[in-house]
Amino acid sequence: MPDVRQSGAMGEAFVMDGGGIERLAAHLLAEGRSVVAPVARDGAVVYDAIEDPAEIARGVRIDSRPGHYRMERDGTAWFDHVIGPTPWKRFLHPPRETLYSMTRSDDGIEVEATPLPQASFAFLGVRPCDLAAIGVLDRVMTGGAHPDPRYAARRNGTLIIAVNCRVSAETCFCASMGSGPRADAGYDLALSELGTGAQTRFLIEVGSAAGSALLEALDVAPATEADLAEARWNAAAAADAQTRAIETEGLARDIRAAAEHPHWDEVATRCLNCTNCTMVCPTCFCSTTVEVSDLTGAHAERQQRWDSCFNVGFSHLHGGAVRQSGRARYRQWLTHKLSTWEDQFGELGCTGCGRCIAWCPVGIDITEEAASLRRTEP
Amino acid sequence: MPPRPRLGVFKFSSCDGCQLSLLDCERELLDVAGALEIAYFAEAVSAEDTGHYDVALVEGSVTTEAEALHIHDIRARSTTLVTIGACATSGGIQALKNGGNAAGFLKMVYPTPAWLHTLESATAISDHVKVDHELRGCPISKHQLLELIAALLAGRRPQTEPHATCLECKLAGQVCVMVAEGKPCLGPVTHAGCGALCPGYARGCYGCFGPKETANTASLSAQLGALGESPARIARAFSTFNTNAPEFRAEAEAQGDD
Ligand code: SF4
Ligand code: SF4
Ligand code: SF4
Repeated sequence: MPDVRQSGAMGEAFVMDGGGIERLAAHLLAEGRSVVAPVARDGAVVYDAIEDPAEIARGVRIDSRPGHYRMERDGTAWFDHVIGPTPWKRFLHPPRETLYSMTRSDDGIEVEATPLPQASFAFLGVRPCDLAAIGVLDRVMTGGAHPDPRYAARRNGTLIIAVNCRVSAETCFCASMGSGPRADAGYDLALSELGTGAQTRFLIEVGSAAGSALLEALDVAPATEADLAEARWNAAAAADAQTRAIETEGLARDIRAAAEHPHWDEVATRCLNCTNCTMVCPTCFCSTTVEVSDLTGAHAERQQRWDSCFNVGFSHLHGGAVRQSGRARYRQWLTHKLSTWEDQFGELGCTGCGRCIAWCPVGIDITEEAASLRRTEP
Repeated sequence: MPPRPRLGVFKFSSCDGCQLSLLDCERELLDVAGALEIAYFAEAVSAEDTGHYDVALVEGSVTTEAEALHIHDIRARSTTLVTIGACATSGGIQALKNGGNAAGFLKMVYPTPAWLHTLESATAISDHVKVDHELRGCPISKHQLLELIAALLAGRRPQTEPHATCLECKLAGQVCVMVAEGKPCLGPVTHAGCGALCPGYARGCYGCFGPKETANTASLSAQLGALGESPARIARAFSTFNTNAPEFRAEAEAQGDD
């Protein structure tokens, strides 16, 4: 364990001016890291690799409702854009990967595993719900008897700069899931934006020795009690502003008991089984593995690709798919998130980020559906 | 070396765009020609149509009496028959005439309609003979064509998944144009295969690849209505290249096709 009593150690708090974000990004880029940060493009704030700190989205607000997301330019705040469509799994557990290649020659067949990724990411702007989601994903991908070495290699090389929320989107419900709007662990540094305009400052909380080591590049001063109080007050206001919630007490049990609830039929009339909710969800981890060969038959690859429980083929066993109906597929998804995940991994599979609500083309709302499923039958 | 499997490429009522996708393969074309004997392909080689084919690629819909007979001949002489594109797979844009006044359309367009001998409707190849594989799209994706040929050669299942275009849109990291811009998009009910090309260029999906598995067109139509599309416009959106696909036709009719 590093010495936590030295200056800039874990648990300590500092402040820097608003421009410190660009200094931080520039420093991480200069270290040779792949810096992934919020970028405004195509009408949304997405997370993408940047090459220049000037690419970081700034002065952007969002309006996020069921099936609806709009980004607008407003003010100069760095991080009031809350959350967009990109889950961080995109970088740790990418949409497509080649696992092995096989080449046939006169000497036989040579099998070559794709080398482990040499990633060294810095995630800049991880929200508390997403920090919790990365934790959930860690336990799924590396917690069992067969850890995914590719995930582990990427994850071990990743530095996390979290950003606490002082604004909630209408789709947020992290407060009820206990994951936000303020992060308490799992980060290297956690930032809280304070003030506006020329008064913009960042409170910096240190979560690891690697985070502490970054402070030298940042020009920081010790935080005052007033800075800490402002950050706490902001997070409390963001929590208070949330209009959506899921009551977690008894949740897993209630959803299990609702297996034959007529409400599943009602959701199935709306659900497009389009897979969007699972693609944007930061904890949905499913992938499929396919073997492809080229025209000459001399080269084949084993490829992994994100898959979704909303596809018929996902539950294909001998003789056909087990979950043919849209009802069965939506039930599988929600039940896994809010109930059977607990049996499997000892926690819930939802952190309350609200992405599935906003990015569902028809605005199906997991908080509403869960509430309907807990109502006794009409 | 064993003889290469014989490939035949056949055209019915269509625009040739799907066949041209094969010529478009450029870099891979030599591999195709190395792996298969291109025995009949009017667009590329001058050989006559004779004998048996291991693989027949069929483009176009059945729109004439002669085509309705010819497809049986090809089927009888082919081991594996693959339809390529929206025309062959669901009838194509020409199937817009189905259920309409075909004779009236002829009169409107041609000075001497009596010289034309067409059927009342344009139909999919599978309405006439057994089809072994379908490639969707208007036109097909070159990538899917190569994948299908490679799979047939290797005796494995082709990776031409029937799920929604949305999955490809998200794999590509695109921002949903329907959610972020309120643009109508058929991606949620459309078969994957194009890589979500149109949303990548900030337009909604036009449904070139036809209905996905278990397409919930009614729910999508309700959302398109909420975004401001009229029933007539929704009906038109479902009445393009795959107008004759049962799911799209039924949805257009439910919207009160005009
Ligand atoms: S289920 Fe929805 S709200 Fe929960 S973590 Fe996934 S995307 Fe976020
Ligand atoms: S819940 Fe929404 S996003 Fe998810 S599959 Fe159904 S329609 Fe698509
Ligand atoms: S843009 Fe269209 S294809 Fe892409 S996710 Fe949205 S609805 Fe689906």
